[in-house]
Formats: sequence, C-alpha cells, structure tokens
Amino acid sequence: MVKKIFGQCYIWLILILMYLPILVLIAFSFTKSVNVGVWKGFSFDLYSDLFRSKEILTALANTLIIAITSALVATILGTLGAIGAFYSSKKFRRAYEFVNQIPVVNAEIVMALSLAIMFAALPSLIFHTDLRSYWTLLIGHVVLGAPFVYINVKPKLQQMDPSLYEAAIDLGAKPRQALWKVTLPEILPGVFSGFLLAITLSLDDFVISQFTTGPGLLSAGDPKIVTLSILIQDKIKKGPIPPAMRALTTVIFLLVVLGVVGITVFRHYKSKKAALASKANRKRRRAY
Amino acid sequence: MKSNKGSRFQLFKRKNLCIPYGIFLVLFIIVPILIIVFYAFTDDNGVLSFSALTGFFTNPSKLNVLITSVFIALQTTLLCLLIGYPLAYFLADKKVNKNAVFITLFIAPMWINFVLRTGATRDLLTWMGINGGNAPYFATLIGMVQNYLPFVILPLYTTMLKLDKSQLEAAADLGANPVQVFFKSVVPQSIPGIVSACTMTFMPTMSSYVISDTLSEGKITLFGNYIYLDFANNLWHDGSFMALIMLVIIGISMFVTRNSGKEEKEGGAAW
Repeated sequence: MVKKIFGQCYIWLILILMYLPILVLIAFSFTKSVNVGVWKGFSFDLYSDLFRSKEILTALANTLIIAITSALVATILGTLGAIGAFYSSKKFRRAYEFVNQIPVVNAEIVMALSLAIMFAALPSLIFHTDLRSYWTLLIGHVVLGAPFVYINVKPKLQQMDPSLYEAAIDLGAKPRQALWKVTLPEILPGVFSGFLLAITLSLDDFVISQFTTGPGLLSAGDPKIVTLSILIQDKIKKGPIPPAMRALTTVIFLLVVLGVVGITVFRHYKSKKAALASKANRKRRRAY
Repeated sequence: MKSNKGSRFQLFKRKNLCIPYGIFLVLFIIVPILIIVFYAFTDDNGVLSFSALTGFFTNPSKLNVLITSVFIALQTTLLCLLIGYPLAYFLADKKVNKNAVFITLFIAPMWINFVLRTGATRDLLTWMGINGGNAPYFATLIGMVQNYLPFVILPLYTTMLKLDKSQLEAAADLGANPVQVFFKSVVPQSIPGIVSACTMTFMPTMSSYVISDTLSEGKITLFGNYIYLDFANNLWHDGSFMALIMLVIIGISMFVTRNSGKEEKEGGAAW
C-alpha cells in the first residue's frame, strides 16, 4: 500500500517536472509580456500575433512540407528495402542491415557534418558552388527517417505467412500483383508506424536541417529554407522565446494531447477487440 | 505448373526491390563517412596531412572539451538512470500503475519541438533565477536530463515488463527482504535495458550542442559545439577529424554493448 502511494506520487512528480517548462510557456501565452514570469493582464493578443507573423507561418509551412515529403520518400525507400533485403541472401541482408543501422546509432552531428561536406565543401572545391537546397535538406531528412521505416517493417515481414505470397502466385497473380495485394496489406501496420516515426523525427529535427539547408521553398526574406527548429534556435540564441511563439507552443501542445488521446483510444479499442476475439475463440473451442 | 521462363515478368524479382534503398544507403551514408575520413587526413589541396590530428592532440582546450563532454555525458546518464529506473519500475508494476496512458505521456514530450522545449526550460530556469550567468553547468545538466529522460524510460520500461515475476516471488519466499529482492533479482534481470538506456543517452549528450549552447548561454562547450563551430567557420578538416573521433567512440561503444543489448528494439516499442 505504501509502495503504491509512493509510486504514484513519484510518477506524478516526474511527469509534472517534465511538462513544467511547456506548461509555464502556455500559461504565459495569455498575456502580452516580453518575458516569462511577468503577467500583464489576460489577453489573446499573442494568438493574433502568431497568425499574423509571416516569419513563423512560413517556417511552419516549410517544416510541414519537408516532414511530409521526406517521410513519404523514406517510407517508400525503407519499405522496398526491407522487402528486398528480406528475400535476399543472409550475408547480403546482414551487410544491408549494418549500413541501415549506422544512422540509428550514429551521432546526429556526425551525419549532419558528413552530408554538409558532401553537399557544400566538396562541390565548392570542385565546381565552386554550394549544392545545398531543398533537395539536400530532403535527403538529410530521409537519411533520418528511412532506417526507422526499415526497422518497423522488418518484424511484420517476419511475422507474415510466407505461403500467402506463394499461394497468390500459384493462383495466377503476377509477382507485382501478389506484392501489392498480398504482401503490402500484411505489412501495412509496420509501414504506417514507420511513416509516423519518420514524420516525428523530421518535425523534431534541428541539427541535420541546419547543416543541409539551402535556398528554395517558401521564404520570408532569408535566402535559406528556415524550418521551425532553425527559426526558434535563431531567436533563443539572442534572447527569450519570442512571445508569439508561446502561443505556438499552446497549439503544438494541443495537437500532442490530441495525439495521446488518439493513441489511447486506439489501444483501448484494439485490446477490447482482442479480448472479444479470444472470448469467441474459447467459446468455439468449447463447442467442439 | 505453368512455367514463367522467358516471360518479361521473370525480370521482376522481390529481392531487386532493395536496389533503390541500397543505392541511397551507399550514396548518402557510406560515401559521406568516407569523405569525412578523407577530409580528416588531408589539407585544402587534397594532400595527405596530419595537421588536424596534431592540431587536436596539441590543443589543450580541445582535449579539455573532450574531457568535459565525457564528464557531462556520464553525469547526465547517471542522473537519468537514477530518476528513470524507479520510474520505469513503478510504471511497469501493475499494482502501482494500471494505466497505459502514462507511458505515452512520458514519451509525448518528444513530439514537441526539441529546440522549443530547450528554450522553454531555459526561460523557466531564468525566471527561477538559475541562468547561464550564475550556474551554467547546473542549468546545462538540468536541460540534458529533461531532454534525455524519455530515452531512458522507454528501454527500461520494456525490460521491466518482461521481468520474471516468479523469480521475484521465489526470492521473497526464500527470505529475501524487498531491498535484497530489488538488488539481487530486479536489477540483474534488467541489465539489457540499462545498457540500451545508457547508449541512448551517453552519445547524444556528448554530441549535442543546442542544449549546452542555450542553457549555459555559450559558457559550456561540448564536443558537438566544437564540430558545429568548425562547420560554421568552414574549418572542414578540423571538423572532420573531431567527427571521426566521435565515430570511433560510437564504434567502440557499439562493439562493447553489442552482446548485452541484443534485446533492444529501437523505436518500434514506442508505437
């Protein structure tokens, strides 16, 4: 009993401490003051500032564009890679997976620097030009996400019944059709969670973005593509988080809460379904 | 059975699907790393040179940074374990926590932008009177722990779920007190989780530069800061050499933890 009370208190304490900085920002998003900690009366001014700030909205749009495009590319590449490697020889697969694992364990800054040298230093040495643009930023984010798509798809392939594909072929499906209509639906949950993870990593990324960004996409005056992370880092280097960004924090936080609720409901629904299925199974077995 | 030999569909093989990603891996992971190795040991004219190497080992401030980084990374890892271990233990204990939503809540901060979170921590600490001016080291440590705690909780929680409950009960039945049960049965069983938690905090802490930069207001320089500065000043060869050192350290730590961390599953567990 003591353990239960102590344990729950501990969980709540750490939870509150972890969210405290964000909660404080949210609380002070309803007052128009330069610094956190100074209350200048309740107002929604910061929210209207947020939706009028071209700088923040541009960065937000850039971030979303890059997250979605890079996650799509990463999902396609990673999924195809996982399927291909799964049906290759063991030796080849091992080598493939070793390389796939490098970005997962490697320090982000090492990858970022290596890409920056490849896209900026070497080309300026050879062609006297900097290759960095939207495309290099995209590649950087795909490097970040694709290995995780691979890792998420692989177990689904292992769980799949290999005779399903063979059956489809025997029944006259072309390999392409069998892959599209039999294999893909089976591994879809893994593909989907890989996609979500790739989006999250891209949205959260700062280091790779800063090293590989170049001109292109939407711009609010800066010659380079500015993502949200780059913009925020640029601001907090010089002073406190800009007031309008406190309002942005509230928006992001609400989206995260929505995500948590969504996952919880989904999990609840899934476990309920599993419970029903096992109940039905038991009944069926009893009937035999 | 109908033979497909000679038809153009024979060209389509499942294993060929790995070609596009294979090319991608070679072009954007292997080649860049080779370029780093090349840059670490050459000068601006592309001639073999050890100036980056000698520059690193004869520069006391760079060696100092390496030691400081290892020290901060060790402290962060230890603090994260001290906070995260009991937390994962309680979260996985059905008697204490029945609700799966808590583990999601502990991962959710990762969905809020990392730089924004760091800034928020800094602004809060400044309000509380702790800032880069009076306590740069303490502020950095708080920021690191705050940021890397989820990475510790997740692997620990996954191993805790798999604890052999009957062994714990047997130990208690045979007369071990709760403290003994904890140290002689719970801890040894969770070693794989501890190892993977350490690898997920130690290296990122050493190489991060945003947290130390923001929270210490530029007063604490970590390994990552130096690499970034070399990048910002176009000192590609020095930067490459430091990145290479980082790579070697990562390689060694991967080799050391390979055998004990076999059970770790990256990422997948979160979903």
